[in-house]
Formats: sequence, structure tokens, C-alpha cells
Amino acid sequence: MWNRRNMYGIGVKMIFYSICILWALVTLIPYLIAVITSLKPVEDVTKFSIDFNKLTFDSYRYITHEFPFLRWLFNSFVVAVAVTAGNVLFNSMAAYALARLDFPFKKVVFYIIIGTMMIPGQVLLIPIYLILNRLGWIDSYKGLIIPWLVSAFYIFFMRQYFLTIPKDLEEAALIDGLSRFGIFFKIFLPLSLPALATQAIFIFVGNWNSFMWPSIIASSEELYTLPVGLNSFYGQYYQFWNQVLAGAILLSLPTIIVFVVFQKYFVKGIVTSGLKE
Amino acid sequence: MRNKTKAQAYFTAFVMLLPYIISFFMFFAYPLAKAFIISFQEFSFLGDTPPKFVGLLNYKEALTNKMFLDSIVNTFYYSILVVPTQLIIALILAVIVNDKVKFKDFFRTTYYLPTVTSPVAVSIIFLFLYKTDGLINQILSHIGITPRNWFNEPSFVMPAIVSVAVWGSVGFYMVTFLSGLSTIPDQLYEAAEVEGAGEFTKLIKITIPLLKPMIFFNTVVSFISTLQMFDLSYIIGGSDGGPMGKAMTMVVMIYRTAFKEFNMGVASAMAFIVFGIIFILTLIQRKFFGEEMSY
Repeated sequence: MWNRRNMYGIGVKMIFYSICILWALVTLIPYLIAVITSLKPVEDVTKFSIDFNKLTFDSYRYITHEFPFLRWLFNSFVVAVAVTAGNVLFNSMAAYALARLDFPFKKVVFYIIIGTMMIPGQVLLIPIYLILNRLGWIDSYKGLIIPWLVSAFYIFFMRQYFLTIPKDLEEAALIDGLSRFGIFFKIFLPLSLPALATQAIFIFVGNWNSFMWPSIIASSEELYTLPVGLNSFYGQYYQFWNQVLAGAILLSLPTIIVFVVFQKYFVKGIVTSGLKE
Repeated sequence: MRNKTKAQAYFTAFVMLLPYIISFFMFFAYPLAKAFIISFQEFSFLGDTPPKFVGLLNYKEALTNKMFLDSIVNTFYYSILVVPTQLIIALILAVIVNDKVKFKDFFRTTYYLPTVTSPVAVSIIFLFLYKTDGLINQILSHIGITPRNWFNEPSFVMPAIVSVAVWGSVGFYMVTFLSGLSTIPDQLYEAAEVEGAGEFTKLIKITIPLLKPMIFFNTVVSFISTLQMFDLSYIIGGSDGGPMGKAMTMVVMIYRTAFKEFNMGVASAMAFIVFGIIFILTLIQRKFFGEEMSY
């Protein structure tokens, strides 16, 4: 039945698919070009065509051997993993206190946590730098890690999650003589794995990609995180596009892998937490 | 006995909150107060002279600094271009990917990739694509547009950065719209179809009206986050703000004043001015959405 209605339906579908495919190409082509260019010898980087016989991993070999890219990669891993671990533990602890325990000024603490989320980080840029400087933490792992170990937003996020856990569970455990800490570690954390995973992934990705703070805190090359290192490498060797783009791929790959592997948590995380970057 | 358990409970709560409390005082409350004080001081970072109270001089200096005023204009220009472009593309993609095509998961995953990619990597990839002899210019030259280095021309640098920012953030807003779309009951669409409504009618009559609160909320969130733009602008334009300072944003200006010119007092005053601008927008957001939406 090729009536008008069907034709209209097919036309609409075609428009939908065209839009989808168009934006998929817009999204993927830059990555694709970056990958291909990173495999080309430097004299070919601006050529449109690809000579498959000349593709090589030389730029990757070069930047990891002649420049401290592996060191920067290592630094990024250490910092991101430490920050993620700290956040998952500390945010959940604070969230548990807010969701389940009774203590003086609870409301005040809660509103402070909400309030701190409204202050943009740039206001704290200078004083935090001065504090780290006075502590001697500039240009150290401590400075890159310790200020970011707790996050008001994820305390709030975990609190919302803990509120959904039924109370009878812990009442039974309390009667059995389990302490509050025991309840937290043995009941709440295991029951919150999806929320913990969401939190961990967002914090890991956010920290891995963070640029402004580490570029202020890490001043010597050995302490650069990968984004800071790549930006400084680009500043000096921008004509070697194959190497610069190899660095960009090296920097992008870990978060893309984390995302693709754990993406169901990502989407869930955004949906349950409302909106916040 | 009761008192003892109560004290014990308080102690447990205190221990649980301790990391947050330490971090709050060390990295929030004290720095905030300190920033506020510094904004009224002539403050030399190198420590050769003690800080001196100068009243509102730093604020006056900030507000008469042409580069800072320009950076406010540049940032708003950036926001006004990014916010609608980003949200319209995100909304269109969300509506389509929600239930209108096959391979939904593939499309969603693809669109979200730039959101998890480091802004440094994104900037570098686009610096390559936008080069005078780069891919974008090679394509544009086919339709008769003269190749140029888009990031090096005063009138094009910001729109070029806008295109990169939109590329990088559409996925995030698409996912938030998807979560909004999942709350619209299917029956509404089914009823509309019985009445003979086409896709466009459904979009205009059902989807957009029901998503209105979320569209508005996303507009404010996106506006606030674009006003804090630093990475792309700094990586592409450097601390001088690119060609004729046209890529200079408010936050890059704060960074430059603090860490290149070491003028911490004026930089703090600038930070509070930016904070004021953002705070007003946050209040608007709270006013319109009240507690239930944001909590």
C-alpha cells in the first residue's frame, strides 16, 4: 500500500536517519582523522590521502621514549585513582551521616553542602594556590590530590541514594549488635554499588580531564599530568602534528574506554543525579 | 544510658563527617574568606611587601581594565552562541534517538564520546582540523570559501571556539533530555497518532511543552557553565586571549591577572565580580525551580 501516508512516513524516517548519521559523522571524523594522522610520517600529515604502506606507530614510540609521556600518563593515573578512591569513601561516609544519623546542626551542615555547590571554583583559585604554597604542596602529588578528595555534589548524590535504602534492614542489624560503622561498610556500601560506580566513573573522568588546577599546581615537568604535559608539548612541537595527535589519542583513550565499558552507569548517573557536570 | 548512646551516635556522625569538615574549612571556608580579604588588598604574591588594605581600589581597577571588560563581552558572546546551538542540537538528537531509529545505543554512545574526552585533546584535534591547510579549509574551499586560519583571526576565533564547544558538549545535554523524555507517557503520543498527528505536530504539541521546565533548566545550567569557560579558550588562545584578545574569557583573565601578572588583589576582585554575575543566574534558577527540581 504505497499511499501518501506511507510515503510521508518513509520520508520522515529518512530525515531522522540522515540527522543521526550526520551527527555521528561530525562526532567520529575528528577522532578518525586524529588517529590516522598520528600514524602518518610527519611529511604526510597535511595530505588528504592515506598511504597505508607508510602508516607507523613511530610517533607513539617517539613521544613515549624521547618525552616523558609515560611519566605523565602515570601521574594522571595516580592522581585520578587516588582522588576517585578518596571521594568514593569520604563522600559516602558524610552522606551516610546525613541520611541516617542524628547529630546537632544537621540541617546547617546539609545547607552548607548545598550552598558550597553554588560557588564557582574560580573564586577559590588564588587562595587555594596560596594555601598549597604555604603548606609546601605546590608541585607535589599532595597538592594534586588532597584538595579534591571530597565533593559536596557527590555527598548530596549519595545521600539521595542512601535515603532509598529501607530502614528495616539496619534496624535488624542494630538489634544484632552491629555498629553504625559496621552497618555502613557491610550493608550500605554493598547495597549502593550502582551509585558508587556512577560516582567513581564521573570523578575519575572529571579528574583525568581536569586542566586548569593541575596546570597551576604542577610546575615541574616530572609532575605534569597528561593534559598539562600534552599542552606544553603542543606549545613547543606544534609542527609535528603526528606526535601531537598521538599524544591527544593517548590522553583520550583511557576515559573513552572507561566510558564504553561502564556506560550504563554513566547514563543512569546523569538521570538520577539530575544535572551537574 | 540514653545519654551515653546519644553521645556515641554524635561521635559516630562526627567521625563520618570529619573528612568533609576538614576539607570544607581548609579548601572552602577559609579560602573563600581569604579571597574576599585579598580582593580589598594590594597583595604581592612574592611576599616582598606585606598586604595593604586598599578599599575598593582593586574592584575599581578591575572594572576600568579594558581587557577584563572585553573578556566579559567575549564570554557572553560565547555563551549566547553556545547555549542555544548546543541545546537545539541536543534536543533534536534526543527526540530522534529516544525511539525513532534503530541502533539507538550506537548513536547515543557515539554522541557522548566528546563529553568524556579531555578538552586539551579536543582543542588539539580541532587546532589541526582548522589549520589553514587543514581538513575544514580543504572542504570549504570546494564551496568557494578562502582558506584561513580560523583560530588566528579576531572575528572568527570565538565562533570557531564555539563550534568546538558545541561539538564537545551536545552529548551531555542530549542524555539529560533523554532522561526527561523517558518521563513523558507513551499514551500521549498514541492518542495524538490516533488523531492523525505527524512527527512535527507531536514535537510541537507534546514533547516541547512537556519538556519546557527541563529546557529552561538546561538553559540556565548551560549558561552558568559557559560563563566559566577556561580550557578551550586558554589552550587555543593562550593567556593573551588569542588574536587581538578576542578569545579572552573572564576566567582566563582571572588566571592571567593572578598567575602571569601576579596581581592577586585585582584578580580576586575580578573573581568576585564573575561570582556575582554567576550567582545572580543561580538565584534565577533556584527561584524558577524551587527546591524540588534542584534537590
